[in-house]
Amino acid sequence: MDTFILIAVTGIGLGALYFLVACGLTLIYGLMGVLNFAHGIFLTVGAFFGLWAANTFFKNGSTIDYLLSALVGGIGAGLFALLVELLVMTPLYDRHIDQALVTVGVALVVGAMLSGWFTNDMRMLPSPAWFMDAVQVGNANIPKDRFMYIAVAAVLLILFIVILRFTRIGLIIRAGVENRQMVSALGINVRLAFSTVFFLGGLAAGIGGVLVASYQGGVTPLMAGSWLIYGFIVVVIGGMGSIGGSALAALMIGVIKQFANYYVPGLGDFVIVFLLAVVLLIRPQGLLGKVSA
Amino acid sequence: MTHLALNDVHVTIKGSHILQGVTFEVPENKVVALLGRNGVGKSTTLKAIMGLYPATGSITLNNKELVGTKTHHIVRSGLAYVPEDREIFASLTVKENLSLAERDKNPHYDLVYSLFPELKTRSGQRAGTLSGGQQQMVAISRVLLNKNSLLLIDEPTKGLAPKLVTEVADALAKVSGSSTMLLVEQNLALVKRVAEHIIVMDQGKVVFTGGPENLRNEEFVKKMLGVSGGSH
Repeated sequence: MDTFILIAVTGIGLGALYFLVACGLTLIYGLMGVLNFAHGIFLTVGAFFGLWAANTFFKNGSTIDYLLSALVGGIGAGLFALLVELLVMTPLYDRHIDQALVTVGVALVVGAMLSGWFTNDMRMLPSPAWFMDAVQVGNANIPKDRFMYIAVAAVLLILFIVILRFTRIGLIIRAGVENRQMVSALGINVRLAFSTVFFLGGLAAGIGGVLVASYQGGVTPLMAGSWLIYGFIVVVIGGMGSIGGSALAALMIGVIKQFANYYVPGLGDFVIVFLLAVVLLIRPQGLLGKVSA
Repeated sequence: MTHLALNDVHVTIKGSHILQGVTFEVPENKVVALLGRNGVGKSTTLKAIMGLYPATGSITLNNKELVGTKTHHIVRSGLAYVPEDREIFASLTVKENLSLAERDKNPHYDLVYSLFPELKTRSGQRAGTLSGGQQQMVAISRVLLNKNSLLLIDEPTKGLAPKLVTEVADALAKVSGSSTMLLVEQNLALVKRVAEHIIVMDQGKVVFTGGPENLRNEEFVKKMLGVSGGSH
């Protein structure tokens, strides 16, 4: 039972990180139909902004300082995402294949720039001292940092749901996911919704970047690779365009992966790819996705 | 006074030359019906006016050029559009569909609910679960919420049960008294009831403009529209 609790909670913590990576991806695909391969670089840029904030302004290693660094990372990545949307995506409006290709280019170019500037060495991100502690549940010692990841992901999930359900821009985004052209035909500048979605997606990825840096021990330009792949898997399993679906899929993947790796080390990735194949065969639109018309 | 004017409008979609020099005018405070067989370019004409299809030539609303203008700017200049297949947002509620369309500070919910009282009682229902007729009411209501200078309405009675056709037709007849309207419609009874001018298109061109009294001429209807006037 103790082992079960330990694996389940750490799995949920891992799922929380996957959700932070995936929620922006799913919104961007849902609204714009773009597979954004630059999303991983949003995560990396956010981690570097967070590192810079932690080393410049929030140096005493408190929880508040850590959260403020994560917020700076999120806002930095959000603004970077907005810049990418305005400079690179806008000229390719409605050319989805070109947009997807250009996002690959952005990821490669910005990744290379960061490597040239900072080298690929891992840089420690200051974290609160209690991140190294564990809390005892039964006889299981659960690392305390996992609760931070879960709490931050839960707050962002609630924030996204509130924005989507109860604000006008959320209403425009939900309508735009269904029929972008008709939103324009009601006199609404749908581009504003695109920019908002890119900013929110970048924000979540940036905050996720800071948390991922804590999880894997530091910040490096190469940190996003496998996280982006898992982000895409979460999006596909959850249903493209569905925030709730992404949350559900991220939790499932985190927990299943942890359990698989516990019983057969290294099996986790295989099980997740198998799960992806099963979902695509049985429910191609994903768990909470809608069938395309 | 001319309100909307199209001059030598061409639209080519994926290599097909759909509109081949369409020219006509819609005078202010008049209801003009755009008629023709299926596939002659009526809906494409409305979409070109709305900026939903790229067009060449000239389309002016009150002397302001619309070609090259973005759709949302065209709508904000006073043009409203009810598309052929309603295109309501199925996952949104009726109220959310209507709220999304609000542009004026004081949207005309009183008018909408007086024309379609059913929508008030169903405001919390997902629009995708409404019947075809109710969805059409939502689609028409979206444009009536705001003060518009021209309504473009594409086949509002298409696929509706006869009782609902009457209900939608009554609503359009009420609105038509105070609006400028360009109406694409196959239902000739409705056209005869509300239209003050008719334009007939064939193969991407305007082939006739005149009064709706021509629709009483069986031979004209058969020749121009390929249908019997009495049956519509």
